[in-house]
Amino acid sequence: MGARQHFSELLAYLQGQVGGEEGFTLAYAAEVSSFIRFNQGQVRQAGQVQQIYATLSLYQGQHHAESKLALSGELEEDLTRVQQSLQRLRLILPTLSDDPYLRLNREAWRSELAAAGEPLDAAAMAEQIVSAGRGLDLVGFLAVGPQYQGFASSWGAFGWYAASSFNLEFSLFHGNGQAVKSAYAGEQWDVQAFARKLDVARQQLDFLGRPAKSLQPGSYRAYLAPAALEELVSLFCWGFGAQALASGGSPLQRLFNGKAELSPLVTMEECIEGGLAPAFTPEGPRQPLRLISQGRAGERLVSSRSAAEYGLIANGACSGEYPLSLRLHGGELDEQDVLQRLGTGLYIGNLWYGNFSDLPAGRLTGMTRFATFWVEDGQIQAPVSTMRFDDSLFDFLGPQLEALSREPELLLPGGTYGARQTGSMALPGALLSRFTLTL
Amino acid sequence: MFALSDILQHRFAALKSSADFWSLRHVQETRESYWVRRRVAQAPSFVDDAGAMLSVRIAGVEAYAATSDLSQAGLQAALERAEQMAQVLAGHNLLDLGSLLQPTEQSDDVMPGYEQPLAGATHWFELLMAESALIPRDARLVDSHVGLTFTCHEQIYFNSAGARLRRAQRYVFPQVGVTASDEHDSQSRSFGGSHMARQGGAEVLQQLGVIGSAARIADEALQLLLAPNTPNGSRDLLLMPDQMILQIHESIGHPLELDRILGDERNFAGTSFIRQEDFGHYRYGSPLLNVSFDPGVPGELSSYRHDDDGTPAERHLLIRDGILQRPLGGALSQWRSGLPGVANSRACSWNRPPIDRMANLNLEPGDKSLAELVGGIEHGILMSNNRSWSIDDARNKFQFGCEWGQLIENGELKGVVKNPNYRGISARFWRNLRAVGDASTFEILGTPYCGKGEPNQVIRVGHASPACVFADIDVFGGAA
Repeated sequence: MGARQHFSELLAYLQGQVGGEEGFTLAYAAEVSSFIRFNQGQVRQAGQVQQIYATLSLYQGQHHAESKLALSGELEEDLTRVQQSLQRLRLILPTLSDDPYLRLNREAWRSELAAAGEPLDAAAMAEQIVSAGRGLDLVGFLAVGPQYQGFASSWGAFGWYAASSFNLEFSLFHGNGQAVKSAYAGEQWDVQAFARKLDVARQQLDFLGRPAKSLQPGSYRAYLAPAALEELVSLFCWGFGAQALASGGSPLQRLFNGKAELSPLVTMEECIEGGLAPAFTPEGPRQPLRLISQGRAGERLVSSRSAAEYGLIANGACSGEYPLSLRLHGGELDEQDVLQRLGTGLYIGNLWYGNFSDLPAGRLTGMTRFATFWVEDGQIQAPVSTMRFDDSLFDFLGPQLEALSREPELLLPGGTYGARQTGSMALPGALLSRFTLTL
Repeated sequence: MFALSDILQHRFAALKSSADFWSLRHVQETRESYWVRRRVAQAPSFVDDAGAMLSVRIAGVEAYAATSDLSQAGLQAALERAEQMAQVLAGHNLLDLGSLLQPTEQSDDVMPGYEQPLAGATHWFELLMAESALIPRDARLVDSHVGLTFTCHEQIYFNSAGARLRRAQRYVFPQVGVTASDEHDSQSRSFGGSHMARQGGAEVLQQLGVIGSAARIADEALQLLLAPNTPNGSRDLLLMPDQMILQIHESIGHPLELDRILGDERNFAGTSFIRQEDFGHYRYGSPLLNVSFDPGVPGELSSYRHDDDGTPAERHLLIRDGILQRPLGGALSQWRSGLPGVANSRACSWNRPPIDRMANLNLEPGDKSLAELVGGIEHGILMSNNRSWSIDDARNKFQFGCEWGQLIENGELKGVVKNPNYRGISARFWRNLRAVGDASTFEILGTPYCGKGEPNQVIRVGHASPACVFADIDVFGGAA
């Protein structure tokens, strides 16, 4: 039985079981994933995971509770599990107190997207990766296979998303311990495209063989490649959430309470088109939102719960109120001019392990990692030993932001905690007149 | 308990395989979570997760397939997918595991009190609402939460060499947090952040002291809001156990993971500043530093008798009198490196394979009371409860931030300061360990959230530590 039919059968069963004053929502997430790790250019660990999870939420008046359960894929067995969960929720609902902030979206809506991709052969990809990486110290991780997400409610909502994709993240290590990281992701594996990615990384590896330059703490001109900027944006993007902003937990609260602005070059949107996330959340269809407009606060991400709690209007944001397809508008810096415009300073390929030094002040810290170079007069001189940065987003995306590169790069999440992440970010590179290193 | 054990054993015995070796690891985990935010009870959440990982070894090549279909046909199909993967990748494998020994033991490992039932949702919500009511109604207290999570975890392992290992444990994870905010700043204070978890039942709540803590936490959040910033400069640093465990975790635990040292994690979690040749003689810290891998501490989060590859778990000192002794490496990593290790091959669930992880990693107590620790500091600062952590991929250059700071001058605790941060380099930091608290300062803590691995895994780790003093550390405050 296909995933969509499995989901539909579960939905039909619940529609027959739940009625009267009761209502339900059913979320569905399944994947068939091949996971292959590489070390020293060979396969270190390989396997496959087939998993199906359903989350049933039951509502009666202002009472509600949810149950997440693993399913087998065998309908008869799964209907029994769903029935048991339903009974458990029915027993507990009358014991709960009213939830004053329950304002569920009870509209009927429909959203369906099923990409008809060719089956992907993970083993063949792995063979090609090993073959192409011969002679290189390649370390990496390949995740391949279909993913399915569904959402439906007793009030007529129905969303379905199916896609088959691969995501390869790999690093090439020089004998001196320096490394460059790259990624190749998509729906159709093209061995030539992978070879081109590998070649670009291999060329950077040549620079990494030069003696590393040790920098002193201080402020430097810097260019953050899109992957480096992603680490910073990922750190603060949940701060667009209405609850975080209302409860003192957002690093963007100074922006949204009008006490600070970012550079007029900064315009950020939560997109529907062009991203790779489903067009719906359990809160309903997502909406395109202008989050920052020319450096000034725009809309915030509002779930139905926050809407009720803080007197706002819900806009389809998920309950966590983080963006799923964030896009930072590009600027006027051409890719080929990056090193020349940087002049003398740091080219930072990746940042790593970010966190907050002072969250309300928007001050972030983290490390350089992979392919960070010292540049003089527009020429790469040497790799840079790992350094710690500590700087405020209101500075590096404020007065210190000199330019953004022209074309935002689509960055796909490689995260696999519990399940393969969906969603995406589209970010340009950022040229900074000053970026502060501390250790 | 172990409700599927007989069925699974029968199905495992009926599996058909031409592999040299195969195993089944079944995990069943149930979780119930109760949460009150701003005095409003949230919807309770329940999780029922179950599945199995089938692993095979064919001509030295290993592969796995995980499935939530536990029928005979489902398990057989998963086994065949693993076999196919191993056969297709033969010749491309980094390791030939043909000579790796496999466990043959049969053992049950059941946490004391596991079968004692817990109270129901009504009881827990009443308790959480009462705790929440201790938070005063003050317009500056803009957010608060009180929560409880109970997780029951049962694992059954069979292999074709005859092993049968069963484990049943329950984890208790209470949380309390309050945020104070005014037009200038926000400050949060919590009950140990994400580091107050243990094995056990309802008694854990009393042991940890969570009941009745909300009023103090709210008061301390307000104190922080009014406090000056932590001054910049070099000071002696007194870390309380709820920050020590983060310090141990990030700058001892992760760098000693043998799979990192062997390069498996270079693409994601990172490497280590420690090399294979360092074990046995490298001076990791001052002679006061003794760190153990101890899977036998009652109630600590990662106490167990066997790891997830079936290796018997024993206590070992990883660092003795400041000298590095052995890494955190399971049977496979020990076989690869020739180094001694520990039983720490662990998986977060049925759908992720075992890798080298921390389990219970503890810093052994010394001989100083808390008063003596404070009294021995001329110019210093006390820091408590982690709120921010960042460290480089070799686990060397770090910066950590805490919720709570108190200056220490001439052997006395002085005023509260906000945004206490410090930074250092692991390879030097532990050598500055100047005093270690005694058993009266020792706390058994742990976190459900340690991330690592490709595919990514979040696993529970236990840490226990006394309060400790480090000399001449670079501390600094926030921007506000």
